[in-house]
Amino acid sequence: MKLLSTKATCNSHGQDSSYFLGWQEYEKNPYDEVMNPEGIIQMGLAENQLSFDLIESWLDKNPDVPGFKSNGKSIFRELALFQDYHGLPSFKKELVDFMAEIRGNKVTFDPNHIVLTAGSTPANETLMFCLAEKGEAFLLPTPYYPGFDRDLKWRTGVEIVPIQCTSSNNFQITEPALQQAYQDAKKRNLRVKGVLVTNPSNPLGTTMSRSELNLLIDFIKDKNMHLISDEIYSGTVYSSPGFVSVMEILKERNDLKDCDVPVGDRVHVVYSLSKDLGLPGFRVGAIYSENEVVVGAATKMSSFGLVSSQTQYLLSAMLGDKKFTKNYISENQKRLKRRQRMLVSGLQKAGISCLKTNNAGLFCWVDMSHLLHSNTFEAEMDLWKKILYEVRLNISPGASCHCTEPGWFRMCFANMSEDTLNLAMKRLKAFVAAESNDNACSKRTSRRKSLSNWVFRLSSRDHREQEER
Amino acid sequence: MGFEIEQPCVELSKVAVSETHGEDSPYFAGWKAYDENPYDELTNSSGVIQMGLAENQVSFDLLEKYLEENSEASTWGKGAPGFRENALFQDYHGLKTFRTAMASFMEQIRGGRAKFFPDRVVLTAGATAANELLTFILANPGDALLVPTPYYPGFDRDLRWRTGVNIVPIHCDSSNNFQITPQALEAAYQAAEAKNTKVRAVLITNPSNPLGATIQRSVLENLLDFVTRKNIHLVSDEIYSGSVFSSSEFVSVAEILEARNYKNAERVHIVYSLSKDLGLPGFRVGTIYSYNDKVVTTARRMSSFTLISSQTQHLLASMLSDKKFTENYIETNRERLRKRYNMIIEGLKSVGIECLKGNAGLFCWMNMSPLLEKKTREGELELWNAIVHEVRLNISPGSSCHCSEPGWFRVCFANMSEETLEVALERIRSFMERIKKE
Repeated sequence: MKLLSTKATCNSHGQDSSYFLGWQEYEKNPYDEVMNPEGIIQMGLAENQLSFDLIESWLDKNPDVPGFKSNGKSIFRELALFQDYHGLPSFKKELVDFMAEIRGNKVTFDPNHIVLTAGSTPANETLMFCLAEKGEAFLLPTPYYPGFDRDLKWRTGVEIVPIQCTSSNNFQITEPALQQAYQDAKKRNLRVKGVLVTNPSNPLGTTMSRSELNLLIDFIKDKNMHLISDEIYSGTVYSSPGFVSVMEILKERNDLKDCDVPVGDRVHVVYSLSKDLGLPGFRVGAIYSENEVVVGAATKMSSFGLVSSQTQYLLSAMLGDKKFTKNYISENQKRLKRRQRMLVSGLQKAGISCLKTNNAGLFCWVDMSHLLHSNTFEAEMDLWKKILYEVRLNISPGASCHCTEPGWFRMCFANMSEDTLNLAMKRLKAFVAAESNDNACSKRTSRRKSLSNWVFRLSSRDHREQEER
Repeated sequence: MGFEIEQPCVELSKVAVSETHGEDSPYFAGWKAYDENPYDELTNSSGVIQMGLAENQVSFDLLEKYLEENSEASTWGKGAPGFRENALFQDYHGLKTFRTAMASFMEQIRGGRAKFFPDRVVLTAGATAANELLTFILANPGDALLVPTPYYPGFDRDLRWRTGVNIVPIHCDSSNNFQITPQALEAAYQAAEAKNTKVRAVLITNPSNPLGATIQRSVLENLLDFVTRKNIHLVSDEIYSGSVFSSSEFVSVAEILEARNYKNAERVHIVYSLSKDLGLPGFRVGTIYSYNDKVVTTARRMSSFTLISSQTQHLLASMLSDKKFTENYIETNRERLRKRYNMIIEGLKSVGIECLKGNAGLFCWMNMSPLLEKKTREGELELWNAIVHEVRLNISPGSSCHCSEPGWFRVCFANMSEETLEVALERIRSFMERIKKE
């Protein structure tokens, strides 16, 4: 066989985990209101489909823009030729303004410090390439987005060491947990280059508290390392305590310059329009950093994943329409809040609770530990499969997010209609009711369901990966 | 801008601070001279004319006409039906209609002499990404790719920077029009071995940049035999395949594989892009076409780091599925490039400057070695400096392309109007007359 690289033949892309079974099964039997009402409802996909009408209406009012016209003149040629990795200046300006608007204008961003990338997937990978060597490590609080295992580690050779968070304090990051992670890395002979957090968190659906952020800043200051804050969900915060960006904390503190490398030079923000605007297909991501060396290197690296100039132009016009952005941001948040309430109350009716602090994101972090037959990840997997095959809901098991406690699941609510969400809740309620009946019976009949048929029904065809953010 | 930084105590990676991004070469310095004093027909007629940029600007009118007549390709139609689905589409398999259109476009370019299956097309944000991706897949850090000289300066970054892979040159020279000989191939392979470096692939650009010429069938056959013997890969970057002046002169490695019934095809991978043939570098549309299933699967997963905007896929799926449009485009574009090429060749010939006999691409490979005071790299750079600053033409010196013979320059002709090209030729005429007098 012709030799391929180690990267090509290893499994760090993470796509062969049984986790992708859920996506596969959904593909085989996808729910459709009319055509397949018994099918599997996709609740594992963190997409925002609630506010497309706002964008469509903007497009209707501005047909010139996607038609490559500016002030009545065609700018097709200029756009077609524009491949400067510094990015379209007008787009960068509108993007940083949008980012500031999302943060209530409590912080501003310099367009010269932003690097555009084809989505946040390459943004995160690029930062790894810039900040760490192969074999070095970043600390990540668990539970975390499964895609990080691929995005941060695959081609870079960088390791992830988990900061274990638990339900005892709603999975917040604590100082002991940080220190423990640092020690764990040391034991593994791994040099830690920084911490990477997602704020608001995926899969928790919560904003990070001021004290957590300050804790992180203290930690990286003390340990002389970097902090990456992936703020991809910053526009999806719909209830209190509201979103505090790490950039705000940096602004507030005055003790950050008294070290060899100012802390401000070691904090880097990642953003994307995939979640807030619901445009994952358009591949629009960004890295923001005050560190000019990082910006310089990342800019050059962005050659490997530039944003299409066609898309940059469309979005520069859309985001430049301040009436649109103001309305979009607030309306989108309202709709997300409403939808989340629907999911939470539906779950409540099934006797299921979710993280109390859930105030952001496109999903709830749901506690089904009381439904496990034992407090193990095996039991979690069994429950997940039941939910997939019997309830016909594809949800994300906590194990795939490296959660330390079994029984937690991420359920998305913004990628379907209200009716579909209601149906999902109905099915779940029925399942839970039946389960408790079963449990009552099983003491007498000790019926054991074998799940091995489902487990090993692996397709031989390459299956479509799902961006499960 | 060099990377002379005092090591901050919070280190960045070696990759971040290295110079393997290659951006300090004269190739980029010429850009600077242009940026500081760009030619403009009306407002700056004595400025530097950019002839170092391999862009295709000769056929935009055809694209603009298409867009005018097919507005739903760019606007999703009235009420934007299909917008949501398009905006959500981030599947790394790519839009099926687009992949299919791309495969068929690649077939058309090769006059139907090779078949391309849509399921083997992997989409990437430009050929830059495609080449890097393939390097990650085919080689480990420290391994080597053999690349014939002269080659596109960007390869130094694209193939080496983040991958940690080395380039070992296959030396070609003017004695046989810079063609790759079996001896040169073997010598390069031995050179790598001598350094204890594992060779993983040969990477060629066909048609060649900067030569502006297609690779001959016999050379391709020989290359295929070579990589088979050595059990390594062959990457054929065919980004200029649609810019061949006469269709019959281009032989793609795909054709040879088909003729061989795809024997040993699983070591061959083709890179393509719409940046040159369609003049759309800003849209970031590249592809990897591989005959190796494992490479296709892995490349597809890796393409997550470099997907093509679905908005752009939608536009181009429409355009490239329109056979009437593509046939006309390919033919017309070819014709216009040929005309431009002849114009510049004749113009240079008339003042005694010879070029390599070319038949493709957006540039010619010009021989100014008779003018060198010293037939060295320094001599070449001196001449280049004079051309950039006195004649005010930004052209690319052969040394930036790792050419082993000093005195050759790549001169682009498709990124300007005919009038501007005429101005450039006039300046060269004056320059040559001045030299004759001296």
